[in-house]
Amino acid sequence: MLLARLTEANGAPGQEGEVRDLIRAELEAHVDEIKTDALGNLIAIKNPDAPGPRVMLAAHMDEVALMIVGIESNGYLKFRPIGGVDPRVLVAKSVVVGAKKVPGVIGSKPIHLQKPAERERPFTIQELLIDIGAKTKEEAERLVKLGECAYFTTKYEEIGNGKIKAKALDDRVGCELAIRLLQEDVSFPLIAAFTVQEEVGLRGAGVATYQVKPDLALVLEGTTASDVPGTDEHKHATTVGAGPCITVIDRVSIPYPPLVQELFALADEEGIKVQVRRNTAGGTDAGRIQMSEEGVKVATIAVPCRYIHSPVSVMSKDDYEGAYKLVKSYLKRLQEREASN
Amino acid sequence: MKTIIQQLTEAFGPSGFETEVTELIKSMIEEHVDELGADVLGNLIAVKKGSQDGKKIMFAAHTDEIGLVVTHIDDKGFLRFGNVGGVGISTLVGNRVRFAGGAVGAIYQEKGSWKDLTLDKLYIDIGAESKEEALKKVKVGEFGIFHREFEDLGNRLIAKSMDDRVGCAVLVEALKTIKNPKNTLYFVFTAQEEVGLRGARTAAYGIEPDLGIALDVTLTGDMPEARRMDVSLGKGAAIKVKDSSLIAHPKVKDLLVSLAEEKQIPYQMEVLDAGGTDAGAIHLTKAGVPSGAISIPTRYVHSPSEMVDIRDVKACVDLVVALADKDLAAI
Repeated sequence: MLLARLTEANGAPGQEGEVRDLIRAELEAHVDEIKTDALGNLIAIKNPDAPGPRVMLAAHMDEVALMIVGIESNGYLKFRPIGGVDPRVLVAKSVVVGAKKVPGVIGSKPIHLQKPAERERPFTIQELLIDIGAKTKEEAERLVKLGECAYFTTKYEEIGNGKIKAKALDDRVGCELAIRLLQEDVSFPLIAAFTVQEEVGLRGAGVATYQVKPDLALVLEGTTASDVPGTDEHKHATTVGAGPCITVIDRVSIPYPPLVQELFALADEEGIKVQVRRNTAGGTDAGRIQMSEEGVKVATIAVPCRYIHSPVSVMSKDDYEGAYKLVKSYLKRLQEREASN
Repeated sequence: MKTIIQQLTEAFGPSGFETEVTELIKSMIEEHVDELGADVLGNLIAVKKGSQDGKKIMFAAHTDEIGLVVTHIDDKGFLRFGNVGGVGISTLVGNRVRFAGGAVGAIYQEKGSWKDLTLDKLYIDIGAESKEEALKKVKVGEFGIFHREFEDLGNRLIAKSMDDRVGCAVLVEALKTIKNPKNTLYFVFTAQEEVGLRGARTAAYGIEPDLGIALDVTLTGDMPEARRMDVSLGKGAAIKVKDSSLIAHPKVKDLLVSLAEEKQIPYQMEVLDAGGTDAGAIHLTKAGVPSGAISIPTRYVHSPSEMVDIRDVKACVDLVVALADKDLAAI
């Protein structure tokens, strides 16, 4: 299954090669052009010179990860997060490190050796080390290079009644949606931009948009769901199982209101359950895309994912299928509009 | 001029939803411009053509105001909300809100100390007795603004959204005054300034001006125990030296000062510690644009009761009018 392969591939910000290769192989036969740009964005184009609106689907390939920044004399690896990672989720997790996928474990001082004060607070990143079983610095250096990244080893799995657990659903679920949607039969130019370095500041999206020059862009995301025990309902940004969410505002964008309205109306007509993303924080590639040149119409459609930016997140297959149907219906509508012109 | 300010400040226009304001401005300036345009971000762009040897000046005043967005409706019909732009918590409790669909409500807080007040402890009461009743009046995702009327206190005026409808009023008034300018003037009524100077950036990209000037409010230091700032109400147009988004181009700043001296327009220098304006976005466009700002001194910025002095507003209009005809060969 494609989503399984996508989430199990590793791609830290700036090191998206493995994910990019996978997507390229998947798409090559279905598009007219496919290229990698200077920042590493993968841009796949159908009907490049056809008349009609240039529609861009955007999803980022990178995931938050841990970069190796030092090797201790006893063979342990020091690391720092790339993108937002809560240090409290790291202790005792399995990882693989770098190009050789060297297996390791995030180690910490055992509880019986911790001072009482240390037990009261979570470990800081500085107190955690990756143990790859090496005895010396030299042994570790043969396996791992500084600047390589460590990734969680979470396997994709279907759980419960229609839920999926996997790592990096933010934003491999968006990549998977874009790959599927690019296979739609449309007459206008349809472009998918698989962007890099979103997690460290939306860096790939701006340059990708500058090249694509879209009239309209749909950003496909995995976004935070906080519908977990112990939280007030009014603080839930999104709810898993309540359908894909549509953004009305976040920290970096106010998606084009007429397009947002059209998507809500379309969902209603097609009987697709959707929800408003109920949080003004967070940012997606839409921020950069909207601001490109003289401005681009954008909307963000996201699949709610619990526990994002951690070793494992959970999403609902129905929400994911809802997102697919919504965008597919929108492309169909654009196609009908083109045909009647 | 006061009527223009009243009409503009009482209009509805949170970031992203500026149409009511741009339509109002359109009706005010239609007869006085050569071209009118709009773009994806929601900017209104009015052009007044100049002579052959003139340059392109982009004046920017933003149409959007800070506001709120509904994030949740509970079973009893109370709303929770998020911020649109830099909304100060201390200005919210007891305040009133008006939504895009017309619903009005009061903001209040859960029990607890003022010190620990955060946005998610506040709620809006629109008088609904159930979720169903509330849903008939507002939707989750709907934007709202402070609900306040304009007050004329003589020289001083109070209103919500003086930031930056008073800047829009300056441009409207200048547009009406200027006839056959030397320079070609782009009066851009920008969208989405309060959420990150967004409209000005895309507008400037299309216009490629030779000179960029923002018309926006700035803070003052002339209130009791105020944070020190050498700008006062009633002392004239404020010529910007810097803020956190821009260091005014020295030649632009000097040109504005010499114009004010020459035309005997009251002015003061503005050094703003925190806060930005559209000029911050304009000056970094493409290969760079020499930019500055003419600011309207304003007390209580980002509250529902922003106060300006009409004499300062008029000084700003005079400075814009003077600049329209100025030879910009030296810039």
